[in-house]
Amino acid sequence: MDLTLNIWRQKDAKSKGRFVTYQLKNISQNCSFLEMLDILNEQLIMQNQEPVAFDHDCREGICGMCSLYINGRPHGPDDAVTTCQLHMRKFKDGDTIVVEPWRARPFPVIKDLLVDRTAFDKIIQDGGYISVNTGAAAEANNILVSKTSAELSMDAAACIGCGACVAACKNASAMLFVSAKVSNLALLPQGKIEAKSRVQKMVSKMDELGFGNCTNTYACEAECPKLISRSNIARLNREFFCAKIA
Amino acid sequence: MAELQAKIPNGPLAGKWTNYKDHQNLVNPTNKRKLDIVVVGTGLAGASAAASLAEMGFNVKIFCYQDSPRRAHSIAAQGGINAAKNYPNDGDSIYRLFYDTIKGGDYRSREANVYRLAEVSNNIIDQCVAQGVPFAREYSGSLENRSFGGALVSRTFFARGQTGQQLLLGAYGALSRQIKLGMVTMYNRHEMLDLVIVEGKARGIIARDLVTGKLERHFGHAVVMATGGYGNVFYLSTNAMGSNVSVCWQVFKKGAYFANPCFTQIHPTCIPVHGDYQSKLTLMSESLRNDGRIWVPKKKEDAEKHRKGQIKAKEISEDDRDYYLERRYPAYGNLVPRDVASRAAKERCDAGFGVGPTGLAVFLDFEGAIKRLGKHVIEERYGNLFQMYEKIVDENPYENPMMIYPAVHYAMGGTWVDYELMTTIPGLYALGEANFSDHGANRLGASALMQGLADGYFVLPYTIQNYLAGEIRVPRMSTDKPEFEDAEKNVRNRLEKLIGIKGSKSVDYFHKELGKIMWEYVGMGRNEQGLKKAIELIRALRKDFWKDVRITGSLEELNPELEKANRVADFLEMGELLALDALTRNESCGGHFREEYQTSEGECLRNDLDYMYVAAWEYLKDGEFELHKEPLKYEEIEVKQRIYK
Repeated sequence: MDLTLNIWRQKDAKSKGRFVTYQLKNISQNCSFLEMLDILNEQLIMQNQEPVAFDHDCREGICGMCSLYINGRPHGPDDAVTTCQLHMRKFKDGDTIVVEPWRARPFPVIKDLLVDRTAFDKIIQDGGYISVNTGAAAEANNILVSKTSAELSMDAAACIGCGACVAACKNASAMLFVSAKVSNLALLPQGKIEAKSRVQKMVSKMDELGFGNCTNTYACEAECPKLISRSNIARLNREFFCAKIA
Repeated sequence: MAELQAKIPNGPLAGKWTNYKDHQNLVNPTNKRKLDIVVVGTGLAGASAAASLAEMGFNVKIFCYQDSPRRAHSIAAQGGINAAKNYPNDGDSIYRLFYDTIKGGDYRSREANVYRLAEVSNNIIDQCVAQGVPFAREYSGSLENRSFGGALVSRTFFARGQTGQQLLLGAYGALSRQIKLGMVTMYNRHEMLDLVIVEGKARGIIARDLVTGKLERHFGHAVVMATGGYGNVFYLSTNAMGSNVSVCWQVFKKGAYFANPCFTQIHPTCIPVHGDYQSKLTLMSESLRNDGRIWVPKKKEDAEKHRKGQIKAKEISEDDRDYYLERRYPAYGNLVPRDVASRAAKERCDAGFGVGPTGLAVFLDFEGAIKRLGKHVIEERYGNLFQMYEKIVDENPYENPMMIYPAVHYAMGGTWVDYELMTTIPGLYALGEANFSDHGANRLGASALMQGLADGYFVLPYTIQNYLAGEIRVPRMSTDKPEFEDAEKNVRNRLEKLIGIKGSKSVDYFHKELGKIMWEYVGMGRNEQGLKKAIELIRALRKDFWKDVRITGSLEELNPELEKANRVADFLEMGELLALDALTRNESCGGHFREEYQTSEGECLRNDLDYMYVAAWEYLKDGEFELHKEPLKYEEIEVKQRIYK
């Protein structure tokens, strides 16, 4: 298929960016979206132009490194996939595709389509774990976890930290991301001990870093490549209120 | 020249590790504060080591090339992690896990290291559960296990098809906690580009800030590399795009030996190659072989029709299907180890029974399992894998059997280390996939996660103290020292040279060409003639690369092409060593199959008399390497032929 690409180009964090239009011909339907960008970059290098910078690594939908806002949707037009799992069969011959970086103040652009997501790491550093030292663990089967809790915890733990939820949200809220980690741990007996301080610390860090508030549009859930449920946000709210009251 | 001293403790096998810990040197708490440790890589091994060392009180600096430590490729491991808990009461024990791992490695791994691995495996599960890793549970609330290739017991713990992700997030949590406490300094989007050696000891690294492009000097009393495997030397592999051999190669050039590079694992269940634009291969977890049955058509006509799209798999009757693994290996059936399963698939495809448009695929069929267990059970067990398959191939695997083919997956070889995980450079340690010691010639499923975490949580934090106890009087060094300055200058020269070539071909062109050579001549089947040819071709390609590669942009900015070029330059040297090692090892064992050495039934023909050693290579100069041998002695087990029939 032949495509027209409108891609956001920005030299560095300080420079002003703009859209640049590129033409691509003979792209296979079986190509992944990032492989299509590889082909574009190969073409640009041959023309002595600078290739488009974008984040990517595992290319199998699990590392969370790839991003991209494609035709107005984080990770593009398919559901429950990351950009690296998006295939060109989801587009038509002759399509124009608009590619932008994640747009959210806490995720500043570094170059072209690359953004800085260290804000997510900072939130996790403020309590997104169980404080256990190596060697201090008890025999594993001494901690029993009901199958239901383990499954719900795993549903939340499937978050890959890509930031699509923030990019999708009109308020750039990180509620889905934070709630996934809070739920993952609060649902397990091991995680209950620190649950109260964890939720308060993580929420205040999220606010401090400039993420917006949740106004319940659930765009985050709709665009999450790992189908993290908004019910985690409800759980986060409950955990937060309980922690404040107690 | 460094001597090969494996430093294996004395005494009976089962007591060696305890004996070691009882007598090793320790560093007292006030001195720990005065010691800096550089850790490179944030995967299971690196993150767990950094967190554990920081908890103990050492100052840690940790580096990763990704934007966050949580992205390291350990995250992609699907199936599970082994431990000798014996929860299912099926007769498992530390000895059995040790034995299966040694046997699975085709008697080419170091006995004492593997025993220690099995010994600490149970601690790993305890640790991960305490961290909140949501492992699968029984209805009673206790931990669930499943079976995996190469074992007759169920000893694999798992978190759906995302075990690596969950374990890594556990280690990432522990690491994050130490970052918050100020014990670890995190350097994301940084890449190590050289090791700094002062008076014969590893004392730091040169790293490049990948955002600004600036070179930085970092001091450490010791340096720990946990930088993963070199599968991307084949270009197409299941590794992440950024996975590379560069740190192993930098330290190799500075005196750390490289062991068993020819032991590479080809994973049997991957999605087949579909086009020349393809950038990576996707693995389908080995756990699928628990319920899926592997087959090809019995008749060549049926295979041919399938290749042309004239017939569907379902239309081939039961009698016309060849379940070749069950036929050849009735005892293990579809659960034979990876190397055996991969070679058997290649054998069928080479003989003309392959299916799919390219003829390089076999079926992995769940029809029977769906009938037996119901679709919902299969969905619960493998739902995310089936979804992944459908997204890539655009075909529903609940209705049509999956098509799979082997792909490069794991590197058993790596930087040589002794029992303490120290390389031949004092003060430099290698952990996880980056070292060579535990998997021999073939790794069993669910053992990589075990090894990464064993090294990081439970081995290195002890053994490194044995070294650091002697370094407490060494003050932090200034990075203005000439050793740092020289190392930085060399890195700068190399990067400037790369950018200055301004040739006509892209970095990817060279990487793909290298991959083609490696897969053709150094892949699943190797022979003398092919390996010699590969070495010639790689040398020519390397020459061309240094004359004709085109890198856009400059040194002092974010420049992905430059990053790739630097890594490919190392692969172009490493590929030659891999081929040379394969050429030197005149036997077949595990993942290394030399066509000249096979039984009449096409199985590996090992030569224990002449090749029961670790091949540790020393770098002399460009394209010149010297072989050192570490003989492997098995004291507690009888070395046998590996039979899975």
